[in-house]
Amino acid sequence: MYKNFLRLLASVLLLLGFSINANAEFKVGFVYVGPTGDHGWTYQHDEGRKAVEAAGIKTTYVESVPEGADAERVIRQLAQSGHDLIFTTSFGYMDPTNKVAKDFPNVKFEHATGYKREHSNVSTYSARFYEGRTLLGHMAGKMTKTNVIGYIASFPIPEVIRGINAMTLAAQKVNPNIKTKIVWVFTWYDPGKESEAAQALIDQGADIIMQHTDSTAPVQVAEKAGVWSFGQASDMQRFAPKSILTSIIDDWAPYYVERSIAARDGTWKQQDTWHGLKEGMVAMAPYNSAMGSGLVKEVEKLQKDLASGKAHSFTGPIYDQKGNLLVAEGKVADDGMLAGMSVYVKGVEGDIPK
Amino acid sequence: MIKIERRDETSNLIYFLTPVLAIFLTLVTGAIIFYLLGFKPLEALKFFFITPISDLYGLSELLVKATPLCLIAIGLSFCFKSNNWNIGAEGQLTFGGIVGGGVALLFYNHEGFYVLPLIILAGAIGGMIFAMIPAILKIYFNTNEILVSLMLVYISKLLLDYLVVGPWSNPEGFNFPETRQFSESARLPILFEGLRIHAGIFIALFSVFLAWVVLFKTYLGFQIKVSGLSLKTAKYAGFKGKTMILLVFMVSGACAGLAGVGEITGPIGQLHRMISPEYGFTAIIVAFLGRLNPIGIVFASLIVALTYLGAETAQIFLQVPKYTGQVFQGMILFFLLASDFLLFFRIKFLGLKKYEY
Repeated sequence: MYKNFLRLLASVLLLLGFSINANAEFKVGFVYVGPTGDHGWTYQHDEGRKAVEAAGIKTTYVESVPEGADAERVIRQLAQSGHDLIFTTSFGYMDPTNKVAKDFPNVKFEHATGYKREHSNVSTYSARFYEGRTLLGHMAGKMTKTNVIGYIASFPIPEVIRGINAMTLAAQKVNPNIKTKIVWVFTWYDPGKESEAAQALIDQGADIIMQHTDSTAPVQVAEKAGVWSFGQASDMQRFAPKSILTSIIDDWAPYYVERSIAARDGTWKQQDTWHGLKEGMVAMAPYNSAMGSGLVKEVEKLQKDLASGKAHSFTGPIYDQKGNLLVAEGKVADDGMLAGMSVYVKGVEGDIPK
Repeated sequence: MIKIERRDETSNLIYFLTPVLAIFLTLVTGAIIFYLLGFKPLEALKFFFITPISDLYGLSELLVKATPLCLIAIGLSFCFKSNNWNIGAEGQLTFGGIVGGGVALLFYNHEGFYVLPLIILAGAIGGMIFAMIPAILKIYFNTNEILVSLMLVYISKLLLDYLVVGPWSNPEGFNFPETRQFSESARLPILFEGLRIHAGIFIALFSVFLAWVVLFKTYLGFQIKVSGLSLKTAKYAGFKGKTMILLVFMVSGACAGLAGVGEITGPIGQLHRMISPEYGFTAIIVAFLGRLNPIGIVFASLIVALTYLGAETAQIFLQVPKYTGQVFQGMILFFLLASDFLLFFRIKFLGLKKYEY
């Protein structure tokens, strides 16, 4: 009896929530894993949100939402408070997003970098950051004097391994002698750990520092040590004006605007999006003129070719560390292989942590 | 000149009213801060403290959030009451989570009523053992328990990092730093369909009751209290100081371990790197706000839990920066300590002339 009453109460409340939804204006919610001022991952998502706002759609965000028990509550609160489309912008929100989506079939959900779409109102999206890494590899191979490229990596997930491989392949193409040295920091954002890693790599002879982490610490260490570096997620040029050759920029704005308008106009459909240089989800910050106009032109051409499909980051022959053939000559790796990438290519030093 | 001297006696009533005063002052200061940030103070306070709990779901979330805080603070009160400064509840929570989670993974896809109790027991024992480290070091090597327990937090967090990245990571999870989702038999039952409130709340309430009995109705509770008031008196009375240090740390660690295992078998359902948004540290505020009294801690945990929820709602509806939640927690503690100071000490304003070297 008591239980039935509670159920009734809950459904009345739910219904009330829905009827409020129907009348309210169209709103888009964003859930961020970090503070909007991190100058990296979250900062770029918030730039995307601002673009949605500029397109005349009302937005809301919640920052620094831990990827634990709290995420589900925040996502649910956004759904309950009349948001029609919700972007959850970190991998750790995957299960909570799908869980809330089940209870709010009329709300659309977009989860960044995940692979679970358990309900028809959940889409996933990510960027082909590896295309940017190919450009970095080309520059690194040309600019290094010590032939050691230092790479600060976060977690051994396919996305990060893909970046390491794409960079190494491109660098080998222009400089067969290069070696990629990796330090795993097991964090996405920890300025202290990241700067220690950068210093350790420089001490091991790396004169190029690149990162798959989000703080500006590594480029600042590189600037001090007088070695080259690459920014991550946003244009980090002002944190290391001499050292930075370019930054890979995550530009979520076009995607966020397009999906928000689609949801508002009722044309939103579930999809799995993987956009790159072509669509502009991956963009490059201005190239540092210190690398010479010849190299800048080369890189710009490569960027154009990657965007048009004339070039591909993973063109065979590609071998793994043991010398097994991964991609045959003349072939390119398909998306399935890229999505599950879990081995290093030849030329990368060390083992993937297990 | 100003002179500070200890008051001869303090009112018991005021002692328990000061937390209320601290909360009131926090609200007033909070309103001023909201005003200075350009928000309507009353509206902001409403979104902060009323909107989050204005429906069933919100109330359930409040309890979900307060459960671990209450559990940990109850344990900490044993330590703090007896002058043992266990600052590492976060580490004990994490270690309890690791041990409990390990058992949950061991029994992956096992059905059976015994799975969940086993996990909970393992979590409590894990937290307990981890808390014994600073206690034993203090007893036999006279180390500072504040430092040891604090440093152990990093050790347990790094151990958890290692486990979820490496040996315990989900084999089908593309190397993402998390374990499998525990099977149903390893999850705390949900009390009401559609809400997240889980059976962990009974564990918390039971420990509140147990703590009350032990602290106020047993000889042990008396010993703890006396040691807290005066270690010398306790020694003189012949209380076994060493056994008690170990005991209060064990209680504290077990409670933190239970909180950890309650999170992973409750709302989270797996192990990953963020099983606690620093509950172990926030619970220190809760313990003091609750005057180290079990009933007080229940109320304090609800209030502090509300500052978390409020920060989220205020950001959703008004785009108030989320960190105001932490500002509120800090202010509550600050005002509590400040009013305590005035409660125990009096400030005398002396004329300049009277002052002589």
